[in-house]
Order: sequence, then structure tokens, then C-alpha cells
Amino acid sequence: MKVALFVTCFNDTMFPESAKATVELLERLGVDVDFPTGQTCCGQMHINTGYRAEALPLVRRYVETFDGYDAVVAPSASCAGTVQHYHSRIAAERGDAALRDGVANVAPKTYELTRFLTDVLGKEDVGAYFPHRVTYHPTCHSLRALELGDRPYRLLRAVRGLTLVDLPEREECCGFGGTFAIKNSDVSVAMGADKVRHVRSTGAEVLVSADNSCLTHIGGILGRERSGVRTLHIAEVLASTERAAGTTHAEQPAESARWKGRPEQELAGQEVTHP
Amino acid sequence: MSHTFVGMPAFPDAAKVALVDTQLRRNLAHATKVIRTKRNGVVGELDDWQELRLAGAAIKDRALRHLPDYLEQFEAAATAAGATVHWARDGDEANQLVAELVRQAGADEVVKVKSMATQEMGMNEALAEEGIAALETDLAELIVQLNDDLPSHILVPAIHRNRAEIREIFLREMPSAPPDLTDEPRMLAGAARQHLRRKFMSAKVGISGANFAVAETGTLVVVESEGNGRMCLTLPETLISVVGVEKIVPTFADLEVFLQLLPRSSTGERMNPYTSMWTGVTPGDGPQAVHIVLVDNGRTRALADPVGRQVLRCIRCSACLNFCPVYERTGGHAYGSVYPGPIGAVLNPLLNGVDAGPVEKSLPYASSLCGRCFEVCPVRIDIPDLLVHLRGKVVDSTRDRSVPTAEMLGMRAAAWTFDKPGRLSAVQRLAGLGRRMLGEQRTSLGPVPFGAASKWSRARDIPLPPKESFRQWWHRTRGKGGAA
Repeated sequence: MKVALFVTCFNDTMFPESAKATVELLERLGVDVDFPTGQTCCGQMHINTGYRAEALPLVRRYVETFDGYDAVVAPSASCAGTVQHYHSRIAAERGDAALRDGVANVAPKTYELTRFLTDVLGKEDVGAYFPHRVTYHPTCHSLRALELGDRPYRLLRAVRGLTLVDLPEREECCGFGGTFAIKNSDVSVAMGADKVRHVRSTGAEVLVSADNSCLTHIGGILGRERSGVRTLHIAEVLASTERAAGTTHAEQPAESARWKGRPEQELAGQEVTHP
Repeated sequence: MSHTFVGMPAFPDAAKVALVDTQLRRNLAHATKVIRTKRNGVVGELDDWQELRLAGAAIKDRALRHLPDYLEQFEAAATAAGATVHWARDGDEANQLVAELVRQAGADEVVKVKSMATQEMGMNEALAEEGIAALETDLAELIVQLNDDLPSHILVPAIHRNRAEIREIFLREMPSAPPDLTDEPRMLAGAARQHLRRKFMSAKVGISGANFAVAETGTLVVVESEGNGRMCLTLPETLISVVGVEKIVPTFADLEVFLQLLPRSSTGERMNPYTSMWTGVTPGDGPQAVHIVLVDNGRTRALADPVGRQVLRCIRCSACLNFCPVYERTGGHAYGSVYPGPIGAVLNPLLNGVDAGPVEKSLPYASSLCGRCFEVCPVRIDIPDLLVHLRGKVVDSTRDRSVPTAEMLGMRAAAWTFDKPGRLSAVQRLAGLGRRMLGEQRTSLGPVPFGAASKWSRARDIPLPPKESFRQWWHRTRGKGGAA
């Protein structure tokens, strides 16, 4: 199987550790993953903000870059969602039949990382070790655009040493919403504040998600509050092993690992087995 | 005629005001949560909910595909049953028509059933100018009207008020309210009942909207839960119903689908308490003069948009409002229209055009695109998709400016960068350089004083770019061509 990594422009530029972790994880599972360097961006920001004409060349580039692969893996639910839901529409709107055929070929082969791991590779235990108290935020695109369901939870539950704590009101949007975070920053922050309140109520040390974009927003508030909760892409948790433990996110401020929140006994019994 | 309130600011500014109203925030968070829980409970009982949604969407789509035919069929059936059917192109025409009909009935006072269509066209205000007093009889509408307030929800227009506030409004504005009125719901409802009962008995004219208009039979349907509607529809001699043309359903049997979808989605009830249906005039029983005003008021504009027309499936249940995280925090007034929430964010720009004003331009962006609205919509209106569609129209409306907007420049710069991997790589190298200059100790940026970054960073730290992008790392370690 010829597998390509669609790193996404955001991960490429801002969160290379998540992308490296994706490569490391896939290679550990025996996948020969390639990074076609012609890739740039799926066009999500342009499409969602109303700049569809500007997104057309990006759709074309995506199709040309990934046409020859059996599967394309993206460590981002919202980018995978854009490819699957919008690329065909953009192509159809512009009346470009060849592009439409190209999209019809490539879009269905584009997988969000956790779906690729569970559905294509058939894995739940990926051999990871992550000795931390973790809560998981299922992003809106994971839930409603891609319907990932309990896939990320199945993967996290199989991680050795990891304590998974239920996130209250987890299906609520965090308020990121792309340019919404800027255009309606007050509402965005109001939503984010509630998400952060729920995250902190779990006593988790790490907030994990399948989208670094949402994590940048939630993590931005957690950081401003000096909350002692850090954010981490699920790829980095799943790539972590006994051998490599402690190497991820070395750039995090030292204080973040030492948040002294509610005492442990108060949190007892909150561990969940169902997402 | 516009459907948005005159002089309202764009959504972000209006939202800013709403967000600091702590009483509003608390009232809304509580009320929407209660309705959400109720709705989820009763929807979860039905095994065929998704099939019902599909059926609801399909029936409405069929009605819209053949709208002129069904409207004429409705007119013929209603006329044959003794009703008089009028047509109005817009709200002004409808208001004039209704004022004339009220005058002909010799009345200067009317009782009203809660109706979104008449609110949309500002009928109460238009009638007042003609010397006709319109009394809202729905409890929540009455609260809004007494307080000279604006509605903030489609179904529960006074959702932004709690019972302590309602008690104050009644004591202040309702002459018949007992001085020892408490904030118990039963007491408040009792005071409203006293106030309204006299009006029901004396009113010569009732005005209603309609939830459905059955083409096959000429029947109108009003769905309500307080019984005030039944009073207005049966006691006055003259009944005037103002109906948007999209309320048409082809057959009587189609109601079977909607009368399951609507109450479960709106009030979270299995069955609606008061469902009134009437077909023209029944001699000796109920109103003997029955008028129906069919109104366009922007519906055909929405219908002409191949993507946008699905908005006309809306049955005004307000499930999308109750589940919207934005609405839950801002309330309805921030949307500047009688149609707030996700449905308002698409309906107003579709009825009026995105270039009608600052409110219409801002509404398509009043959403994080979380997708909850589509998930709960009983007629499967893909609101997130419509929002994105309308954002495209907003942007297109700025394309012919001689000086491009700052956003347009930014988006073009981003598109230019993404057009070639080498350009993206160059930008990443610059970012990495900047990162090095900031030093090792710093891991994020705090508040930035200007530009788009200031909007982000007022409450959120900004992550710093890495010293090396992924593609640079790949190039360095794997050497497969790398950063082009």
C-alpha cells in the first residue's frame, strides 16, 4: 500500500512535532509513508471564509499531489473533512470535469489519522506508552463531519499508563471555528472559556485532540490562565513509547506539568470506559 | 422590506454587548439546556427519526419544486370552502391589506396568535400607525409586547427573561395584575389569563399566521401550546391569516410527518397540545369571514438560489437555536432580526440579500460551523453548508471594490503562498528565523496590540512557530527532494 502523509499547512508550519509523530507512528506500524513535497494546503480557511475562487488552485494541487497514492493520511479531522466535503463541490462549481474526476478519486482515499489506524490498519493497541492523566476533546469535525465516533477513545484506552478521564459536555464546540475565532473573537472566547472550565474540572494534565487548530485555541486560553494543563495532538500520544517517553513537547514550559488542582481523591471514579 | 431590526449593529458588536449581560447569559444557558434535554429525550424514543427527517425534507422540497402549482391549488380549494385569498408581494403590501380588512370589519383592536410572518413584516407597528391596536395573546409574546422589548427566540420570544423579571413587567405594565403577584409560574400565567380573557371575548378580528397550508384541501394549521391560539381562531367574527408562501404542503397526509417532527423538535413534546385546523368558513361555527393573505416577502428570492432554497423547508421549530453554542451565549437580539440563531443567520441574508446591510453581511459569519444545527434540524437544512455558501456571496460582493478589503489582501497573500510549495517553505523559514530571534525561553506570545492578532491574543496566547517546519525536517532527515 502506497501511503502519503498530508501533513496540512498548519501542522507543517506550526506543529511539526505532531507531523513527525504521525510519521513515527505509521512507520512503527509497518507503513511505508511518503511525504510528497508538492503539497501545501487543502483550502479550508479560504473555503470556510467565503474565498472559494482562491481555493480552486489548492484543490487542484491537492489532487495532483496525491493522485498516485492508495491512501492519504492527515493528522487533522477538519482538513480531512474539507477534502471529503468541499473539494468535489468546488470542482463542480467551477465546471472543471477533469478536476471533478480527480477529486472523486482522491477524496475518498483521504483518511483522518485515527480512522486510518482503526479502519484501514485494524489497530487499536498501537504499542504506545503515555503515563499521564488525559482528557480528550472530540472536535466538531471529528464528531459531525467525519463521524469518528469512539475511534480515538479506543486508541487512547489501549495506551499503557494512560488514565483517560471523561470530559464533561465534550460534544460542545470549543469556539475555535477558523476565522470565527478572529471575526467573532468575543463569542469564541466565551465558548472557549466554558471548554477550559470543563477541561480543568477533569484534573487532567494533558488535553488531547485530533485537531491542532482547536487545541491552539483551547491551549491559548489554558496557557493564558497558567492552568498547568497542556495540549497535545493524539498522534503525539500514540507515537509515545517507553523508550521515547518524555521527549515529546520538550518545549512546553516546566510549570505546565505541575498544575496542582483538585486533590486526586476528589477525582476518583471519573475514569471512563465509554467516550 | 427588510426582516432585520432597524439600526442594529453587525453581529460581533451586538454580541459583545450581550456577552456581558450576566442575567441574560444565565437565563439562556438554563433555558436552552432544559429544552435540549427534553428534545433529546423524546427524539430518542423514535426509531424512525432519521426517516422522518428525510420525509420532512422530501415533502418540503416537492412543495418548493412545484410551488406555483400548489399555491394555486391551495387558493382554489380555500376559495371553494368560503375563504378569501389575497396575495402580497412584500410586508408593506400585506400590512396594508390587513389594515384594510380590519377597517372593513369595523374594528380598531385585534387579538393575535403568535406568528413569525407578521413579526417579520412589523405588522403590529404598521397597524398601530393606522390606529389599530394589536394584542399579542401568546404568553411570551405578551411579555415582550408589554415591556416594549424585542423577541429573542422563535418559539420562546421571552427566553431572555426569567420569572422575577416577568413579575416586574406585569406589575408595571398590566393594569389588572394583582398587587400581591408573586413570581410563581402559576400566578404569572393566571394574571396573563385574566388580562387576556376579556380581550378574547370582545375582539371582532383575530390575526394569525399558519404553520402549514395544505394545497390539496385549502386547510390552514396552527400549532400552539397555550390555547390562546384556539381562542383567537374561533371567537372573533373575522379571521385573517398571514401565511408565507413556503408554508405549503401538498397533501393532508403530509401533516402526519410534520406533526411528529415539529413538537418533538421545538418544545420537546411528543404531541402538540393545541393543533387547530380550519378550511374556509363553517356556517354557524367560528369566524364567518375568513381571509388568507399569502405573502412572498423575499421567499422567491431565496427560492431562486439553488443552494439557498432549502432554507424554505424551515418549519420554525427553533431546535437549531436551542442547540447553537453561539446563540446560547449571545441570545437572539444580537442577530438583529425576529429570526435569530443559526436559521436566522441564513434566512435573513437569503430573504433580503447579503448586501442588504451590515447585519445581513455579518450573519453568515456568526457561527463556528460546529454542525449541531444540521444534526438537529427536523427537515435537514444543512445550515453550516448554507453559511459557507453565503460567506462566498458576502466575499463576492466585495470583489469589485477598487480598494480591496484587508481580509481580501490577506486571503490572496495566503493563496499565493500556498500556490507553490517553495513559497510556503520560504515563509516557514522566515517564521523560524523570527522564532530564533525571540530566544529560547519564550514558548508563546501574550497580547499583541494591533491587527487580527490582537483579536486572538486578548484572551489567548499565541503559539510560536518552530525553528524548523516539518517539510524542512523531512528534507534534512529523509532527503527526498524536501522543501522544494
